[in-house]
Order: sequence, then C-alpha cells, then structure tokens
Amino acid sequence: MDFTFTEDQLALRANVRSVFMKEVAPELLRELWETDTGRSAELWQLVTEQGLTALSVPEEYGGLGLADIDWVLMAQEVGYYGLTEPLIDTAWVGAALIAALPESAAAFKDVWLARIAHGEAKLAIGHPLNPLVENAHVADLLLLNHRDEVHAVPRGQVTLTAHASLDASRRLFAVEWTPSEATRLADAEVGRTLWADALNRSVLAVAAQLSGLVTRVLDLAIDYTAERKQFGKPIGSFQAVKHLLADVAVELEFAKPALLRAAVSLANGHSKTGLHVSHARLALADTATLAARHTMQVHGAMGYTWELDLQIFMKRIWALAAVWGDKAFHLQRVADHVLASDTVLDPSQTFAA
Amino acid sequence: MELDYTDKQRAFRAEIRAWLATHVPKQPLPSFDTEEGFKAHREWERTLFEGRWSMVTWPTELGGRGCDLIEWLIFEEEYWRAGAPLRVNQNGVFLLGPTIMDYGTEEQKQRFLPRIAAGDDIWAQGWSEPNAGSDMAAIRTKAIRDGDHYVINGQKTWSTRAVWADWLFGLFRTDPESSRHHGLSFVLVPLDTPGITVRPIRQLNGETGFAEVFFDDVRVPVENRLGDEGAGWSVAMATAGFERGLMLRSPARFQATAAALVRLYQANRAHADRDPAIRNAVLDAWLRAEAYALATYRTASRLIQGGEIGAEASTNKIFWSELDLKMHDAAQAILGAHGELVASVPREGAIGSWIDGFLFAQAGPIYAGTNEIQRNIIAERLLGMPR
Ligand SMILES: Cc1cc2nc3c(=O)[nH]c(=O)nc-3n(C[C@H](O)[C@H](O)[C@H](O)COP(=O)(O)OP(=O)(O)OC[C@H]3O[C@@H](n4cnc5c(N)ncnc54)[C@H](O)[C@@H]3O)c2cc1C
Repeated sequence: MDFTFTEDQLALRANVRSVFMKEVAPELLRELWETDTGRSAELWQLVTEQGLTALSVPEEYGGLGLADIDWVLMAQEVGYYGLTEPLIDTAWVGAALIAALPESAAAFKDVWLARIAHGEAKLAIGHPLNPLVENAHVADLLLLNHRDEVHAVPRGQVTLTAHASLDASRRLFAVEWTPSEATRLADAEVGRTLWADALNRSVLAVAAQLSGLVTRVLDLAIDYTAERKQFGKPIGSFQAVKHLLADVAVELEFAKPALLRAAVSLANGHSKTGLHVSHARLALADTATLAARHTMQVHGAMGYTWELDLQIFMKRIWALAAVWGDKAFHLQRVADHVLASDTVLDPSQTFAA
Repeated sequence: MELDYTDKQRAFRAEIRAWLATHVPKQPLPSFDTEEGFKAHREWERTLFEGRWSMVTWPTELGGRGCDLIEWLIFEEEYWRAGAPLRVNQNGVFLLGPTIMDYGTEEQKQRFLPRIAAGDDIWAQGWSEPNAGSDMAAIRTKAIRDGDHYVINGQKTWSTRAVWADWLFGLFRTDPESSRHHGLSFVLVPLDTPGITVRPIRQLNGETGFAEVFFDDVRVPVENRLGDEGAGWSVAMATAGFERGLMLRSPARFQATAAALVRLYQANRAHADRDPAIRNAVLDAWLRAEAYALATYRTASRLIQGGEIGAEASTNKIFWSELDLKMHDAAQAILGAHGELVASVPREGAIGSWIDGFLFAQAGPIYAGTNEIQRNIIAERLLGMPR
C-alpha cells in the first residue's frame, strides 16, 4: 500500500513543469486566441521534444511505455498551465486506444503508434457523450465511435463545422462523416471494451486537468490577496477571505487521493475502475467550480475583467467540468455500484477487488 | 503507487476479524457516558488488552503489536465493521500514549504506558478553561512549584469523560509571570487527589459526557510533568496533532456510518425518492467517506516514508466533522417525522439509533479546535496567507 510517486515520476514532473512555466505563458495563450487554429506548431514541437508524445506508446513502437499514473501527473501540469495542444487525446487516450486494437489492425498500429511517438500525428476523439469533437481541425486522424465500433477517419474525409466556446482556447467541431468498412478498426463487441477504457481514461484526464486548474486559480488568488490592500492591510489577512480559499484547499486535499486511486485502478484494469474514475471526476468538478467561484470572489471587480489571467483558468474549469459525461452520468455510475443489491458495503472494502 | 495489501496485511486482517467475531459483545454496551456503561467499556478495554488488540501501533514490549499505520487502518476497518464498542480510553491510547513515548522519561513510560494499555487508567483531557477556548494560550490555571510538588489552583472545563476518569492530562501555567504560549507545562494529574472537584455537565443528549474540574490547592509531584517545565505548549501541540491528524477519527467510523446510511435509504426508497436530493446526498456521503479513507491511506504512506503530519491535520478535522453532519442530515431527511424519535422508543428498523449520532455530529465542528480555527490554520500554514 503506497500512495507516493517514485523519484523518477517526480523528476519527470519537475522537468515538464519548468518547461511549461517558461513556454506556456498566459500571454501566449492569449495570442493564440486570436489565431485561426488556436494551436501552435512551436508548442507541439516542445511537447514532442520533452518526450510527452511518446510517453505511453509501447516500447516496441518506439515509445516509453509509461502508464496512466505518469499521465495523471502530466495532465495536472497541462491543466495548471492551460495547454490546449491535442496532447492528451493523441498521446494518452488515443495511443492507448490504438495500442489496444485487435491483431487485425496490426498494420494500422505499426504506422500510427510510431507517428504518435515521434510527434508526427495529432488525434481527435469523437464519442457520443460529447456533442462536439475538440481539436478536430488540426487532427491528422479522428478516432470515432459509431454504435460502439471504432473507426479511424483521416481529416480529409470529414466535414467540420466550428462552434465557439466561452473558453477561446478550446476549438470544438461538429463532425459529419460516413462510417464504412474501410474506416472500421473494431466491431461493436470489441469496441465496447475499447471505448469503455477510452471513456475512463478521458474522464481521468479531465479530472487531472481540473486538479491542476484548482491549484492554478488558488495560486493566483493567494498572490493577489497578499498584494491587494484595503483598510490598510492585505485583504488576505481578513478571515472571510482566508476561509473562502481554505474551503477550496480542503476539498482539493480530499479529491486528489480519489484521482490517484482512479489512475491506479485504470492502469491495473481493476473491476471498479468506472466507479473510481467517476468518483475522481465528481469530486474534482465540484472542487473546481467552487474554486472558480471563490477565487473570483477574492479578486473583487478585478476578477470580472478580461484583463486578469484568472479568466483563462476559470473558463477552462467551467468547460471541463461538463465534458466526458455530466454529473448525472457519473453519479449514476456511482449509484450502480453503491445501490446494487449485491454490493458489500463496509469499511474493509475500500481496496477490495 | 501501489494500492494493494501485502499477504502479511491480509493475514493481519483475517486475524483481527476472527478475534472480533468471537469477542465483540453481542448486545451493544450501555453508553460510556453513564456509570454502568463506563464500567462496561473499561472491561472491554481489558478484554482488548488481553487479546493484545488495545493499541496495535504500540511496541510489543508494551503489549502492542508494533503495527504500522496501514495495519492500524486495517484494524480500525475491522473494528468498525464488527460494530465493536467505542473506545472509552481513546484519550490514553491514541493521544497521551504516543505523547509519552515521544516526550516521557523512561520512568514515566514504565509507570503510565502499561496501565493505559490495560485500561487500568482512563484519561481525560484538560485544555479548555472558561476563558481559554479557541484561544488556548489564555490558560490561567496555575501550577506553582513548592518543593518537589506543583500546587494547582484554577479550573478546567468541557473535559470529556472526566466524570468517571482516573487521570487528567493538561496544560497549566507553571510560571505565574508568563503569558500566552510561554510558561505553560504539561502535567498529569490523578483525579482522586484531594482538592479536586469534578462537576458533571449534561450534554445535548442529556448525559454527563464532560465535566468542569476545579482545582483547590491540589498537590501533584513534579515527576508528573511531561516534557520540560515551560515547554508544555509544544508537547500539547504534538498531542493535538495526533488528535486532529489521524488517530481521533479513523475513516472506518465514517465508512460504517455511510454504509448504514445507504441501508437506511434503500429500506425507505419509496418514500425518500420523492425528493431526488436525498439520493444525491446519500451517494455524496458515501463518496466522501471513501475519499476520507483514501486520503488517510495517503497520509499514512507518506508518514511511513518519514514524512510529518502538517496542516492536513486541519483539513482532516474539517472534512470528517462536516461529513458526519452531512450524513446525519441525510438520515434525518430520510426519516422525516420519525427523525425526532429517541432510541428508547421501540420501533422497527432501529430508527431511533440515528438521533444520538445526529446530536453528536453537531459537536464535531466544535471540539478538537473549531473548524473556524482550522480554516485559519489552513489559510496561514498551508496556503501561506498573511496573518
Ligand atoms: C463534545 C465536546 C467535547 C470536548 N472535550 C474537551 C476535552 O476533553 N478537553 C478540553 O479541554 N476541551 C474539550 N472541549 C472543548 C473544545 O475544545 C472547545 O469547545 C473549543 O476549543 C472551542 O472553545 P469554546 O467552546 O470556548 O468556543 P469559543 O472559543 O468561545 O468559540 C465560539 C465561536 O467563536 C469562534 N471563534 C473563536 N475564536 C475565533 C477566531 N480567532 N477566528 C474565528 N472564529 C473564532 C469559534 O470558531 C466558535 O464558532 C470539548 C468540546 C465539545 C463540544
């Protein structure tokens, strides 16, 4: 029983953190809002150089073969710095989905996993839980769910209609396409398992990003309330202000272990992965929306401006808190376990198989 | 990251489970805030001790099992799963014991620890005074040196279980010229010493769960001081750290309540589901109990690797006390007009059994340092906000 990260994992995080801190600045994110694609070739190059695109590609395809636990650390940094390159859908969720394809897709795997590892391909993922597909406009390949079948469709074969998000960093598209024998990689029976896994991985990725975002808005609020003075003192010395932020810190403290447990369950194919992932997602979405509200409040009117960088992260929180299944969807997955007649509920069951 | 038990831990679980199955009293003991209940609970402590289960984390030479914190969590899970009695000696076993191990002399360890382990001495805590509540550094009760004794004068209050306890540990002002955190010492006081008057206080449920303790020229030998003279504050903080941090409220307690809440809900769904908020509250409570368990395992694995308990002692205190309130609010929402009924009213489904918990949950955000004080601590120490 060990809830701690290895030195290697922490070193990887420290490295990525220092690179993102320098290169993924709020000013850059704002510049990208104004561009057509909203994406940056330089940033993609950067994540490739950091080895992130190869992180969970199996070693035999030229990747590093690391698992969901390492990715949770990375996704928290992605959230903290607000990166919107299609890294997670490509190199984590997409790569895992492709790696798990049946033998019949061996040739496809060879090509695409190698491309992903080398940063030569970007993926977008379409799933019925999300009305729109993020980053479809820059994807070389779209992995799409058609009645549980897995289809891979090059961007040239789809028609995209852009839909603007309140978070100008997020680029969302309605995708029109025609499923065919040629695009199908797995039938519905195999696909159901693959999609269940991809769903859990995507939900975990959302939860991990939310965790990073909560830390980010807290950091911004702590800095601001130390500097801003009213009544002759820093507003951060007022208890009402302190308690707003302490509330967020408490919730985060108890959401994070759920996130870590979900990652371990997913990595090990635990029978309750869906439950654990939904727990993490519910806890972090609640924590993050509370964090957005409270950190905005302690900024006063400044918090309501376009100018303040808080908006970048607050809007990301509002958007992410509702993707890959809404609250009702995830609560139902919890109910399916907790309220089932054959579920054993007692304190010895926390880590039971 | 490895969230599985070792074979040794599984075997440990099986062992305690088997022991509890044959030893836990079939009928619940009377409340330990009554005289007969206190006695029955003291006997239970003795039974636990004889099975070497009274303090599993203590060293074997003291009658413990030298368990690490993960095994302690397993023990607690099985203990709550079995519905075993509340620990009347929790102050001694979980709070004072570890403090004596850290700060006591050899002689003090020999003198106090075995008797705590066996339930021979039941301990009360004496921090609060009428004018020193949240502001504990305002303590005024004096312990003035007179030869090889301290002479104690003043008053403690809200002292849990002091009505029938044998000993009290607490903070006293040994330097009459001092103020605030300075000049305080941590002293162990036998409650049968002449000059002590214990006046029971009835709690919200009508029982005398705590007491005022008056000291009138009470003479206590100097060797009853734990730690250096004048260094009582830091010894007390170590004790408070254990309390808030980990040992006072193990997650299993709340997981057991959450499981009972789920059963209550399931037995009353036809009625409860008229309000969809009830289902969500039940599921949320269950998730939060689970989260508290996960967080505690995480803290335990950090401590095992040499970390120290920090401000998460305060996040824990807030989280479990507010969870307990939420769970009992949900139970009350399900019970509706039956919710006011007390346990002695015979009814199907042990309906009245929720009311004691509901009342006690109201105290959670107050004792062991109020949640407002904890939020101050979190803001200043964890988040680094200005004082
Ligand atoms: C069931 C129970 C068992 C207890 N057992 C023991 C025991 O065994 N031994 C013992 O010594 N004590 C015990 N206590 C006492 C407990 O520690 C105190 O009640 C607690 O520390 C609060 O002190 P107080 O009651 O004087 O409240 P006060 O300090 O008067 O507080 C009243 C209100 O003011 C708020 N407040 C006070 N100061 C601040 C501040 N700086 N910032 C924000 N808000 C503030 C508090 O949060 C609270 O809401 C027990 C209490 C209860 C309810």
